[in-house]
Amino acid sequence: MNLTTSIIGIAAYLILAPIAGGLLAGIDRKISARMQGRFGPPILQPFYDFFKLLEKEPITVNKVQDFYVMCFLIFIIITGCFFFAGGDLLLIIFTLTLAGIFLVAAAFSSNSPYAQIGAERELLSMMAYEPMVLLTAIGFYMVNGSFNISDVVTSEVMAIKYLPGIFAGFVFILTIKFRKSPFDLSTSHHAHQELVKGITTEFSGKTLAVIEIAHWYENIFLLGFVYLFFANTLAWSPILAVVICLATYFLEILIDNSYARMKWQIAINASWIVAITVGFVNLLVLYFMN
Amino acid sequence: MSYVTKSPWIIHYDGSSCNGCDIEVLACLTPMYDVERFGIINTGNPKHADIFLVTGSVNEQNINVVKQIYEQMPEPKVVVAVGICATSGGIFRECYNVMGGIDTVIPVDVYVPGCAARPEAIIDGVVKGLGVLAEKRAAMEKMPAAKSTAAATEEKEEA
Repeated sequence: MNLTTSIIGIAAYLILAPIAGGLLAGIDRKISARMQGRFGPPILQPFYDFFKLLEKEPITVNKVQDFYVMCFLIFIIITGCFFFAGGDLLLIIFTLTLAGIFLVAAAFSSNSPYAQIGAERELLSMMAYEPMVLLTAIGFYMVNGSFNISDVVTSEVMAIKYLPGIFAGFVFILTIKFRKSPFDLSTSHHAHQELVKGITTEFSGKTLAVIEIAHWYENIFLLGFVYLFFANTLAWSPILAVVICLATYFLEILIDNSYARMKWQIAINASWIVAITVGFVNLLVLYFMN
Repeated sequence: MSYVTKSPWIIHYDGSSCNGCDIEVLACLTPMYDVERFGIINTGNPKHADIFLVTGSVNEQNINVVKQIYEQMPEPKVVVAVGICATSGGIFRECYNVMGGIDTVIPVDVYVPGCAARPEAIIDGVVKGLGVLAEKRAAMEKMPAAKSTAAATEEKEEA
């Protein structure tokens, strides 16, 4: 991938990701409502919410929290830019983790008990999904001999043929990353819970709007990971990859609506067991095949 | 046009209600009425809320709770008193521990009488509240007063 395509990738991500992410969130709420027998909000509702939050009076418990939240947004965007510019998978995973840590730091800085427990649980869920994300990067390396995304999308083989286990494991931890039940430990879309709104309890107005838009950027970037499993040089592979991305998101909505929240112990055990069984075994098979 | 009318988030607090009105408030969220059609979400977090739904009268024990929830909500905000107890104290008005309606403690914008208030009436009250919300938002834009009060509270917190 040369410089021009990288720049186009970055520009498209910067402009289109929040639009696509917001629309996806709106479709998510609509489908969730239909699954519960309700009519549901308009598709554009997440955008209305976003602009409303910008109109609200700014209330900040601790000035440093706004700084951390901005860093969260900036590093999520940097992660996505590396990804869509065809950068290095390992670097992308590290910047993603850094972004997550900024959100945790923001929640801790507010000194609210709800936000603090939410932040602790966010750390636990990062512990839960991180091994599987690393295994995914290693899987791509073993198939393509490179950590560079530009090499993955231009390879002759479709990664899913060699990495079905890794794909299953990655979809499993996507439930944590998308903050869906049963693993929406740190915060969720519905505030009626033991933690009020968990990690985002103390954020309001513009700060909350920044977190919303960061989540939209993050969700599109995560679906990009799903895309990677199906992308290769074949002309029809991007279409297949986008369809699979949407199907994956639908599956996550279905899971969200059919499970109650589980304890953090179950989240960690389940995701590590999945990482070791389907993820690591997949890598072993690949290793012995070569 | 203000977006605040398109995405009103609600916090619901039960003063000293008999739970009749609370059940009707929750009924608004069910598939039968589904207030999420209008973008209304029951947030349960005062810092995210635009509309404060109070059921039941205020008593000596929860004056500070009601005040605190109200103060934690960012402007523009609207208070809707749901049920006759919240509007005037209802049959508990003469009780030794009851202050009366919600307006004895915080300013109320919309009154929804009824015992219990019907879900249709509650939704109507919230929609009336949206008008007030839009007015308050317009007033905020005209006067930078809201900003200065926000800065003042920030300074106070720092001190």
